[in-house]
Amino acid sequence: MTLPFAPWADPAAEPLIDLRNVTKRFGAFEAVRDLSLTIHEREFFAILGPSGCGKTTLMRMLAGFETPNEGQILLDGQDLTPIPPAKRPVNMMFQSYALFPHLTVEKNIAFGLKREGIPKDEIADRVTDIMRLVQLTDFARRKPDQLSGGQRQRVALARALVKRPKLLLLDEPLGALDKKLRQETQFELMNIQETLGTTFVIVTHDQEEAMTVSSRIAVMRAGELAQVATPTDLYERPETRFVADFIGEVTVLEGRVTTASRGGVGLAAMEDAPDLRVMTEDTPPAGTTAWLALRPEKVSISAARPDGADNALSGKVLDIAYLGNISTYHVELANGTIIKAQESNRQRADRRGITWEDTVWVTWEEDAGVLLRA
Amino acid sequence: MNTRTPGQRLLIALPYLWLLVLFLAPFLIVLKISLSDLAVSRPPYTPQIDLSEGWAGLKDFFANLDFENYIFLAEDSLYINAYLSSLKIAAVSTFITLLIGYAIAYALARAPRRWRPTLVMLVILPFWTSFLIRVYAWIGILKTEGLLNQALLSIGLIAEPLQIMNTTTAVYIGIVYSYLPFMILPIYATLEKMDESLLEAAADLGSSRFAAFFLVTLPLSLPGIIAGCFLVFIPAIGEFVIPDLLGGSDTLMIGKTLWVEFFNNRDWPLASAVATLLLLLLIVPIVLFQRQQMKQEIGG
Ligand SMILES: Nc1ncnc2c1ncn2[C@@H]1O[C@H](COP(=O)(O)OP(=O)(O)OP(=O)(O)O)[C@@H](O)[C@H]1O
Ligand SMILES: [Mg+2]
Repeated sequence: MTLPFAPWADPAAEPLIDLRNVTKRFGAFEAVRDLSLTIHEREFFAILGPSGCGKTTLMRMLAGFETPNEGQILLDGQDLTPIPPAKRPVNMMFQSYALFPHLTVEKNIAFGLKREGIPKDEIADRVTDIMRLVQLTDFARRKPDQLSGGQRQRVALARALVKRPKLLLLDEPLGALDKKLRQETQFELMNIQETLGTTFVIVTHDQEEAMTVSSRIAVMRAGELAQVATPTDLYERPETRFVADFIGEVTVLEGRVTTASRGGVGLAAMEDAPDLRVMTEDTPPAGTTAWLALRPEKVSISAARPDGADNALSGKVLDIAYLGNISTYHVELANGTIIKAQESNRQRADRRGITWEDTVWVTWEEDAGVLLRA
Repeated sequence: MNTRTPGQRLLIALPYLWLLVLFLAPFLIVLKISLSDLAVSRPPYTPQIDLSEGWAGLKDFFANLDFENYIFLAEDSLYINAYLSSLKIAAVSTFITLLIGYAIAYALARAPRRWRPTLVMLVILPFWTSFLIRVYAWIGILKTEGLLNQALLSIGLIAEPLQIMNTTTAVYIGIVYSYLPFMILPIYATLEKMDESLLEAAADLGSSRFAAFFLVTLPLSLPGIIAGCFLVFIPAIGEFVIPDLLGGSDTLMIGKTLWVEFFNNRDWPLASAVATLLLLLLIVPIVLFQRQQMKQEIGG
């Protein structure tokens, strides 16, 4: 049996990239603040975060276009700071693509190889291969302004990939692709990553994409790291409300910790309802405020009060989002709180009993949610 | 397609009318004079159209036109040399203007954004003064006891004043100075709209700043370079004022020759022939320029 790929869990593993207390200021504005992070070889590392949180700035520091005001960036243990972009074994796919408008697709892709002084035949071979990979063979002789947005994006990707860098930076690489092409390219990227062994750092707005492709995800907020974890951990064990809210759908209930015992707490979240029972390892002291993050698929909905559920609350169906395979019910409790519950649509829609304005019960087990302290 | 209103047709016809009245008609008159003979009369050439004699007069008139002046131009090496010398002076000054103009345009395009309008203003500022006055100012700078010589003498760089005035060098200086804005502005326009991330991409892909300039910046500014070169080269060929005021007797330029024929020798027919040939000579680069511009528009 092979061990799962998790070099970050091994304290002896040497990281490929080591950011140490990196700060980048533009004037007085701190775009990246005291950020420390390690990225390991062969990782597919995703950076997620709201617009303007410093993702591009972080990438530009790795590529060498911005110098950190404080801190250090190490690649293979070597300080990158004095190395200009042209000499770094790092390539970047720009958010704006930055294709050379006067060169054909082919020449755009060959540009970086020619600078390396690679023999002509090898350049031709590598360019042909990569164009096949990103399905651009038919467009080899076109100029960038004769391509669609998606095709341009693929040229930019091919141009960076063909250099076979140690570290490939992708700044929103798939934004302009339609869903199908996007998924294909995601798998293509993962394949490339496996065959070439390149380390990828990808910035994306699309959390589903981040979940699909990456080994780990860093969630950024206002220049700082909110959490760095595997997709599963990030989804199942977010550390803050911000992360819980940013990744996937969630209901957050605020309450006061009433009883705290090892392994579980009671949370007074509503005035006229019994305390919620929440299982947690990290028990907050009684009297403090805490938040319960509940994923909708872990909450059940039923017309009658089921027996034996750890937590059960009654409310009225406010809205139903029908997504084909599943439906998300928005249930409004008496005090106005809205809880999201998801059910898979095993039965046809017309046979399901619950509809708008119905009074229903939402229930979940004590280990369904995560207790957050921030 | 033929659904245009009379108003629209008039609108389309206007530029043609303009060209007809202000360009084609004068050109035909010059062409006609160039085919005439010199005469001591007023105006100083024959034949002249005499409409009172009717059809016979017109026939008589055409019979008297000939290519004598053109043959004369071809036989006297003065004119050919003047043409060639004009081409050479125009080409060399265009090249010098390009080198200086590109450097200035590049600096402008790299200047902080908020400074650029002011800097561009400074480039066009000389146009606020009369061209003639600016050329006269150069006499003040270049002449033997002019500003330049005084400055160089006073810092001890030269012992004797330099003879720049009345040489071809002075003509080059004059042309480069006068036409520099026409080179700077189109190049600046292309450099200014160039996406700076292209240079970052070039660096990212392993090119030095130097290589990035030749592989990315220069090719992308080519349309501006071409436009600038034509805008300098075309008028420089026919330039008269600068060689007349700054150049010496050894500076041969066709514009000056033309002037001499017209006003000193009062040989209107020969001068018209020179003018006609000059026009034909200029049409070639102008047509090339137009085609380049068309290609630009279609291409981008
Ligand atoms: N050159 C610069 N000068 C001044 N401020 C800058 C500069 N570059 C970025 N910033 C600021 O730094 C912050 C982070 O920018 P950055 O481009 O890294 O965001 P981002 O996370 O990539 O956003 P997006 O998802 O919209 O691409 C923004 O507030 C931005 O305005
Ligand atoms: Mg960005």
